[in-house]
Amino acid sequence: MDALIRLERVEKVFKVRRRVGRLRRVRTEVRAVDGISFDIARGEMVGYIGPNGAGKSTTIKMLTGILVPSGGRVRVAGIDPARERTRVARRIGVVFGQRTTLWWDLPLRDSYELVRRLYRVPDARYDRNLARCVELLDLGPLLDVPVRQLSLGQRMRGDIAAALLHDPEVLYLDEPTIGLDVVSKAKVRGFLREVNDGGTTVLLTTHDLTDIEQLCTRVMVIDHGRLVHDGDLAGLHGAGDSERTLVVDFERELPPVRIAGARPVKVEGPRQWLAFPASASAAPLVAELAACYPLVDLSVREPAIEDVIARMYAGRAAL
Amino acid sequence: MADGLRAYALIVGMWVRSTMAYRFSFVMMAVGNFLATALDFAAIAIIFGHTRVLGGFSLPETAFLYGTSGCALGLADLVLGSMDQLGQRVRDGTLDTLLVRPVPVFAQAAADRFALRRLGRISQSVLVLAWSLTALKAAWTPVDVLLVPVMLVSGAAIFSAVFVTGAAFQFWATDAAEVQNSFTYGGNALTQYPPTVFAKDLLRGATFVVPLAFVNWLPALHILRRADPLGLPGWLDFCSPLVAAAACAAAGLAWRAGLRAYRSTGS
Repeated sequence: MDALIRLERVEKVFKVRRRVGRLRRVRTEVRAVDGISFDIARGEMVGYIGPNGAGKSTTIKMLTGILVPSGGRVRVAGIDPARERTRVARRIGVVFGQRTTLWWDLPLRDSYELVRRLYRVPDARYDRNLARCVELLDLGPLLDVPVRQLSLGQRMRGDIAAALLHDPEVLYLDEPTIGLDVVSKAKVRGFLREVNDGGTTVLLTTHDLTDIEQLCTRVMVIDHGRLVHDGDLAGLHGAGDSERTLVVDFERELPPVRIAGARPVKVEGPRQWLAFPASASAAPLVAELAACYPLVDLSVREPAIEDVIARMYAGRAAL
Repeated sequence: MADGLRAYALIVGMWVRSTMAYRFSFVMMAVGNFLATALDFAAIAIIFGHTRVLGGFSLPETAFLYGTSGCALGLADLVLGSMDQLGQRVRDGTLDTLLVRPVPVFAQAAADRFALRRLGRISQSVLVLAWSLTALKAAWTPVDVLLVPVMLVSGAAIFSAVFVTGAAFQFWATDAAEVQNSFTYGGNALTQYPPTVFAKDLLRGATFVVPLAFVNWLPALHILRRADPLGLPGWLDFCSPLVAAAACAAAGLAWRAGLRAYRSTGS
């Protein structure tokens, strides 16, 4: 297997000074990343998930050369990012979901021009890449608009395009769909699939399991700095019997409904929550509900990552 | 190095164009910057309304000190004065966006939030310096003439070194900007006045600790044919370029240490 990214027992230890009492300070060590190893092959699209503070961002920062690992070995396209940060920078694209790299007061197009010149992208390649991003991300009407006037979703699309103009081999995305509405999320996901089909390796962190479900064949779960799962999403659900939730609005208040394959969790006026196994399809449940009860509205909620991980542990303990 | 300069120029260009998005605001800021520094000089002129000499220096002589110090600081302030906001980038984590680009971080940090309005400060200092050169009754030898550009460049380099050192400290203490300002803008206010009006201990500090005396005092003592208030040997008056080089080297080391600390501890 041609590993584009390889981590071998990578560690990151932060020394934190904590106040104890009025003047005394105690130094404690926080192992943000605690011996992680994995390979990512060229062309993979991998989801990297975990609760807040699990070590996701720290890992991404070590892969981009922002942080120097305390131990272990990191290689991206054969390069040690911590030692050759600028060399690795040419071959990767990075999108920080909550920190834009675009120029606030200038038209979107100007930010792309700067990327072209900072990365010395040849004109023909730049034109081709920009045209592709503009088409797939609907950026045409936005190119001449100052970035400060863009909506969050538009800006995120703009940021993703900016990270791809120099043809990176790897694209890292840190929470690319955070805060976006449904339509924007769908557009971003569609584009990422397209980018990955074009051969770019993608590693994304997210809190939205739907991102993973729709995009990634492989998901890695990190918790307390350790890799606790590396495989497909079904495996993750299977490992912990996680549940999805059907949120149903009826015409009027009803007693908790009983249908096969789901269990009532909560009732609040005319709204009811029904849990069902994440591995099962929602369609037969919806059909049955629609046939037997006066339905107004209905939606499916994915389990929160924290719940999935909590259940994983519970499942393991039971074994 | 060439890569860094090119990146610096590109990013500065972007900031200038960003500034021009608010043209009126830019004009107001530049004029304000000019007036605020002009007020400084007005204060000196008022002092001379009451006395003919200040610490043994005449008004044109004091204006020469004022102009050289102001030009040196103004140049450093324009080129990398915005580095004192580095701490903010460290605090909110946006420094990371600079670290993933294929150009030196120093060039990016130096160009960050480049403020063209600072031309206001320099232009005022240039005017004062130009006036003092015409009003000075000095016997200009070729060495004296050469010493003026040398002291301006060395002075700008010394102030730059202070800016960079201050920025480097912000990797550890994100709000060290005020300490740095006391050495840069404060140092400018100090060296605008004749050295003879200050206590000797302050002069010693400004010569041997933070080498602000080399910005203009020492070379000016030679041009104006004054005795050193500290009784230091005359050859020190020509040492500004050496001191500037040493200060820049020290600042470079501080910057590297700061960046290394950031990259091994994160924000």
